[in-house]
Amino acid sequence: MHLTDPNALIDRMAAAMRPLLRPDCALVGIHTGGVWVMDALAERLEVELPRGVLDISFYRDDFSRIGLHPEVKPSRIPFEVEDRHVLLIDDVLYTGRTVRAAMNLLFDYGRPASIRLAVLVDRGGRELPVCADFVGQALDLGPDEHISLQRDAAGMLSFIMKGAGA
Amino acid sequence: MKIRIRNGRVVDPASGLDAVRDIHVAAGRIIAMGAAPADFHANLDLDAAGLVVCPGLVDLSVRLREPGFEYMATLETEMRAAAAGGVTSLACPPDTDPPLDEPGLVEMLKFRTRNTPGPRVYPVGALTWKLRGERLTEMAELQEAGCVAFSQADAPLVDTKVLLRALEYAVTFDLPVWLRPQDPHLAHDGVAHDGVVAARLGLPAIPVPAETVALQTILLLVRETGARVHFARLSSRAGLDMVRRAKHDGLRITCDVGVHHAHLSEMDVADFNANCHLVPPLRSIRDREAIRHALAEGLVDAVCSDHAPVNDDAKELPFQEAEPGATGVELLLPLTLKWARESGVPLIRALDLITRRPAGILGVEAGVLAVGGPADVCIFDPDAPWTVSPKTLLSLGKNSPYLGMELQGQVRYTLIDGHLDYKRNHH
Amino acid sequence: MNGNLQLNADGSLRHLLTLDGLPARILTQILDTAESFISVAEREVKKVPLLRGKAIFNLFFEPSTRTRTTFEIAAKRLSADVVNLNIATSAQSKGETLLDTVANLSAMQADMFVVRHASSGAAHLIARHVEPHIHVVNAGDGRCAHPTQGLLDMFTIRQHKGAFHNLRVAIVGDLLHSRVARSQIHALTTLGCPEVRIVAPRTLLPRDVDHLGVHVHYRMDTGIKDCDVVIMLRLQNERMQGALLPSPQEYFKYWGLTPDKLRHARPDAIVMHPGPMNRGVEIDSDVADGKHSVILNQVTYGIAVRMAVMSLLAGG
Repeated sequence: MHLTDPNALIDRMAAAMRPLLRPDCALVGIHTGGVWVMDALAERLEVELPRGVLDISFYRDDFSRIGLHPEVKPSRIPFEVEDRHVLLIDDVLYTGRTVRAAMNLLFDYGRPASIRLAVLVDRGGRELPVCADFVGQALDLGPDEHISLQRDAAGMLSFIMKGAGA
Repeated sequence: MKIRIRNGRVVDPASGLDAVRDIHVAAGRIIAMGAAPADFHANLDLDAAGLVVCPGLVDLSVRLREPGFEYMATLETEMRAAAAGGVTSLACPPDTDPPLDEPGLVEMLKFRTRNTPGPRVYPVGALTWKLRGERLTEMAELQEAGCVAFSQADAPLVDTKVLLRALEYAVTFDLPVWLRPQDPHLAHDGVAHDGVVAARLGLPAIPVPAETVALQTILLLVRETGARVHFARLSSRAGLDMVRRAKHDGLRITCDVGVHHAHLSEMDVADFNANCHLVPPLRSIRDREAIRHALAEGLVDAVCSDHAPVNDDAKELPFQEAEPGATGVELLLPLTLKWARESGVPLIRALDLITRRPAGILGVEAGVLAVGGPADVCIFDPDAPWTVSPKTLLSLGKNSPYLGMELQGQVRYTLIDGHLDYKRNHH
Repeated sequence: MNGNLQLNADGSLRHLLTLDGLPARILTQILDTAESFISVAEREVKKVPLLRGKAIFNLFFEPSTRTRTTFEIAAKRLSADVVNLNIATSAQSKGETLLDTVANLSAMQADMFVVRHASSGAAHLIARHVEPHIHVVNAGDGRCAHPTQGLLDMFTIRQHKGAFHNLRVAIVGDLLHSRVARSQIHALTTLGCPEVRIVAPRTLLPRDVDHLGVHVHYRMDTGIKDCDVVIMLRLQNERMQGALLPSPQEYFKYWGLTPDKLRHARPDAIVMHPGPMNRGVEIDSDVADGKHSVILNQVTYGIAVRMAVMSLLAGG
C-alpha cells in the first residue's frame, strides 16, 4: 500500500478547499491529530479564519467501557458557533464515532449553519453513516491495521503504520 | 466422676510447679498430683502429653449480657465461650439492664448461672443505684446475695462526694470497690485516644488526663478512707506511673488491664475499624509499650478479657456510633501467651496474670492447682495455631480486632468443679 | 491510610473518601480534568453526555442544601440521573440502619452514592459494604473529611497562584471540628506546599496537630505574615457553648479577618472561605467582598471539580 507524505496531502486539500472558503467560516480540529492538520491547513489557506479545538473525551460512546482519557484537554471554541460554516478537521476517519461525538459536542456550543468534514486519511471501516467532504487519501485497511499521525519537534508530520500490512 | 489427666506439663504459678505430672480428680477436687492414689480408677482418662495443664483461668470482666441485652448474647452462649477459652471463674460487671443494683437481681443471676454449664460466675454489684452515680446501693445486702465487689462498670460517677461516700460505706464492710478511672467531663463524647489518629480522622477524643485526673482523685480518697480499691482497665503510661508510686507508698490498691490494650494502639483505629472501638480507648504506641512493661514488671496485677459481645447491627455503624467493646473471653489465653512470647516472659509468670493473681483480687478459692482444692483446670496446646473467625468463636459476639488473624494457643479441655466442661473436638 | 479502599488495583480512583493518603498523581488528574469542565460551563449547552444512564444517589444523612445542590448540578451536567434522599428525616428515624438503607438503594440500580453524614468514617463504612460496581463520594463525614471541598480549594489556589511548591498558606479557625480543614491540609502537603500554617486558639486545635504537617500559630499577625493564601474556616455558632471560646466578639477581634489584619499577608494574597460565611465573626465584609477575595470563584469551581470526580470514578 502506498502512503503519501502527509504534507503533500495537506497541500492538495488546501487547494481543494480554498475556493469554498467564506468570511463566516471557521476551522475546528479534533484533538490531537486533527489540530495538527488544522494548523497545517491554516498556514496554506492564506486567510485568517477563527480556529477551535475539540476534545471529545466527554462525548465518547465507549466511556463506560474504557473510562475517561487520562489527559483530557479543555475544548476551546473562541467564536460564536451559531450560524457559522464549520470545517471540521481530523487526521484519520475510521468508524465515524469520533466525528459523531465531535458534532454532538459542537452543537452544545450552538447551531452551526453547516458542517463539512475534512480528513487526512479515510481508512474505511465505517460503523456510522459518516462521509468526508475533503479526503487527503483513501486507504483500505483491515481491522488489525492501525494508522496514526505524529508530529516531531520541528512540527513535521508523518504517518505511523502498525499491524498486518505494515 | 473420676478423671485422670496424664503426662501433661503442669504449670501452677501459685506453687511454682512447672513439671510433667499426672493429676487425679475425684468429687470435684484434685485428690492427687503425681502417683495415683490407691484404688483410683478413672472414669475418664485425658491424655495431656505435649499440652500444658494449668489452673482454670480467672477473668475479671466478662459481660454475659443478661439481663437486658439478650439480642447481643446470652448467658448460655457466653458461659460456653468462656469455658472454651479455658476460663473457669469470671466476674461479670453490673452494666446489665437493669443494672445489678438489687439483691433479687443478683440472686436470680447466681441461680441462672449455677444451673447453666460453664464457669463459676461472680457478680460485681452496682456501686450506685441504676449506676447513675447518685444514690448508694444496698452493698451489704448485695454482698450477701453474692456480689464480690462493687463498681460503676463504665458508667460515669460525676459527683465526687458520692464517690467519697461510696468508698466510706464500702470500708464499713471492707468491701472491695472496682473503679475504671475516667473523668466524665474530660472524656465526654470521646471515642478515641486524643492523639495523632484522632487528629487525622477527626474523631472526638479522650485525653490521657481523663484517666490521670480521675486516678489522682480516687488515690487521694483511698488515702483518706483506706478503701480497698481495684483499678480496672488502665490505659496510659501516666496512669500506670501513678499506680506504681501509690503502690510504693503502701496503698492497698490493685489494677488490671484489658488484654487487647497490651497489643493494640490508636494506630489500629486508623481505618475506622469499629472492632477497635474499645473502652478505654486504645492509646498511643508509647502507652501500649508501658502496659507491656508494667505487665512484665508485675506492677499490673491481672489481665482480663473485658469481654463485650456486640451484635453486628450495633457494630456496623460509623466508628463513633458503634457500640464499643470486643469479644474476648476466647482470646484471653492466646493473647496473653502472645504477649509473653514477644516479651520473653516465662509461661508460668504469664499464667499468673490470668489465674492466681486475679483470683486474689476476686477473693475466691481459684487460680491454683492444689491437692484438696477445686478441680478447675485448663488444658491447652501452647503452640496450636488457629484463625479467629465468626466460625471459630463460640461467643455470639463476633466483634474482634483479630478477625481473620492467626493466633497461637488453643484450649483442648476445660474442667470446672471436676467436670469436663469443654472438650475441643477438632484440632 | 485507606489507600486500598479508595483505589482500584490499577491505581485508578474507585471511591473518593478522604484526601489523606491519596497520591499527588490522582489529585492532579482531578484538577486537570476539572479544568476541562470549566470550559463546559462557559458554553451555550452546559451539559455533556458522559454519565448518561447512570444513577447517582445523593444520600444526605445530615442536611446541607448547598453541598447537595452543587453535587446535583454537577451530576446533571454530566447527564446522570440524580436522586436526592434526605435520609435524616426518613429511613433512619424508622430504625433502619445505615447499611440497610445502602443495601436497599443498591437494589435500585445505583451507580454512585454521594454521602453526607454527621459521623466521621461513615463514607468509609459504606464504601466497605457496597457492591463492586458502586462508587462512593464522601460529601462530608463528621469532622473527618470533605474531599471535594478540599479539591475545589486546591483548584482555586492553582487557578490564582499557578503552583503549590512556593506557597505559604494559612488556615485560620476551628480545625478541631473541621473536615474541610483536614482535607485542605492533606491536599496541600501532598501537592508540595512547603508551608501550611494553622492559626487558632488552643481550644480549637486537636492534640498532636503538628503531626499533620502544619505549623501552629496562636496569633493572627504572625500567623498570616507573608502568606500567599489565607483560608478562613467557618465558626459554628454552637462552638460558643462548651467553653471553647468566650464570645463571638472576642473571636472576631483576635482571629476575624479584617483589612487591617490582612495587611500582614502578601500584597497579592488571596482570601478563601468554604462558606457559608459568618460575616463579623470570622471574616469582615470588607474582606469577604474585597479585591483579595476569591470566595465566589470557589463556588463556580466546585461544580467543575465535582464533575471531574464523578466522571473519573464512573469511568474507573
